[in-house]
Amino acid sequence: MTELSLPARFEGVEMIQRVRIPARLAYEFTAGVATSRFLRQVVRKRLVGERCPVCTKVYVPPRGACPTCGVATAEQVELGHTGTITSYCIVNVAFYGQAMDLPYVSALVLLDGSDLPIMHLIGEVPYDEVHMGMRVEAVWEDGDEMEPTLEAIRYFRPTGEPDADPATYGEHV
Amino acid sequence: MRDVAVVAFAQSASAQEGDRNEVEVLMPVVTEVRDQVGVTTADLDFVCSGSTDYQAGVPFSFVMTLDAIGPWPPIRESHVDMDGAWALYEAWVKIQMGAADTALVYAYGKSSPGDIRRVLSRQLDPYVTAPLWPDPDALAALQARCLLDADMATEADFASVAARSLAAAEANPHAVVAGARSVEDLLDEAYLASPLRRHDCPPVTDGAAAVILAAGDRARDLCERPAWITGIDHRIDPHQLGMRDLTAAPSVRVAAERAGVADGPVDVAELHTPYSHQELIVRRELGLADGTEVNPSGGALVANAVMAAGLVRIGEVAERISSGRAGRGVAHATSGPCLQQNLVCVLEGDRGR
Repeated sequence: MTELSLPARFEGVEMIQRVRIPARLAYEFTAGVATSRFLRQVVRKRLVGERCPVCTKVYVPPRGACPTCGVATAEQVELGHTGTITSYCIVNVAFYGQAMDLPYVSALVLLDGSDLPIMHLIGEVPYDEVHMGMRVEAVWEDGDEMEPTLEAIRYFRPTGEPDADPATYGEHV
Repeated sequence: MRDVAVVAFAQSASAQEGDRNEVEVLMPVVTEVRDQVGVTTADLDFVCSGSTDYQAGVPFSFVMTLDAIGPWPPIRESHVDMDGAWALYEAWVKIQMGAADTALVYAYGKSSPGDIRRVLSRQLDPYVTAPLWPDPDALAALQARCLLDADMATEADFASVAARSLAAAEANPHAVVAGARSVEDLLDEAYLASPLRRHDCPPVTDGAAAVILAAGDRARDLCERPAWITGIDHRIDPHQLGMRDLTAAPSVRVAAERAGVADGPVDVAELHTPYSHQELIVRRELGLADGTEVNPSGGALVANAVMAAGLVRIGEVAERISSGRAGRGVAHATSGPCLQQNLVCVLEGDRGR
């Protein structure tokens, strides 16, 4: 190794211990053909999944491919607005960008007729009464024209039906 | 060493995938490459992919893209945050180790969601170069200027490479720019980043590529004329641009020696040189003879799906060997600024076998 030496004017100068170099990149996210089909229906307060031609599972929101079979989904399947909570989380910890008052409940909801739960909020029920198997329904935002996002559903609330049989959602727990 | 061959290749490219997401771009290409040799994902021992989250703007985006493969029952899978040519290298090593007899290698990149010129600046050294946000065209122009100042090339030499590539692109359905132009015509164009003009730089491209590798008899079962990988090596030059002589690419030269480029005649060479002047450097470092056909596809000047374009070079050479149009060829892939990292792959048909 060659001995490195600094020019005299740098002798005794304090070493730089750290630097901050901000970097920011902007992207235009492409939802994809299948997810776009889904979002265009959400605007009309409809939930339309897509079925895998091989394993027949229905995915919502569809992403264009069956993630187990690796084939394109094409058949559109209109789903109801009711479903079953397969798992949930009571959020008690404040975080940056938080839009909800604490505590609130985030849950995985398996829409009837679909094979992949969606994540959404649970409302109109005390948080400590939320449980797996609870039957819920979508509460849509007001207005005829929705934005193409799942935020068009304000939250899911209990339907008051008896709990679903665990066998109907056990695969998703 | 085991005999390992490319037995199938598929690709897609477009100037901008307006509607399709990465999974939807990749899935038809993977389906096509499997169908070429009549295999399913379950028949393949290993899967390896190349892509970068910086292009998608999504962390762990390559995990979501596995939706396009059908990874059920569970598969053995790996990923490199590099061009798919390096994913192919990993798969080749896996097969050499005896851990697999077949492998699917794929790569994809959508440059259009972000600003690829800003995105690529993030690969530079983070302390003194990346904070300047130099775009890849500007860095390539520095390299081209070094060639001019050293009297190693002229702007007409750059334009000759572009003219030949644009003419060749007319026969390439995956080219996103094409059309024969004269050198004089090209030299009349304005500079994009002096001394480089628009045609000296790669077009923004969205695309995907997939290759199937197989060893020995399995390759012969799957393909009438496998393209055997007789040598493959990759090398890297210093990251810091100021430490390099930009008119040279020693990593290409060393990789070419290790891969055995000079061990026989080279009928065809596909060079991953996104800038026209880089073809001159890589050609010299590889020691290619005048008779070698260079970039008959048009190369990365006519379609440059970042992260897939290197794998495409290997596929293009393999396809020419499998179709009997070439006997022996060289594929080159590059990564990093100004030809920093390079992979060289030599492919051959069955010589008299």
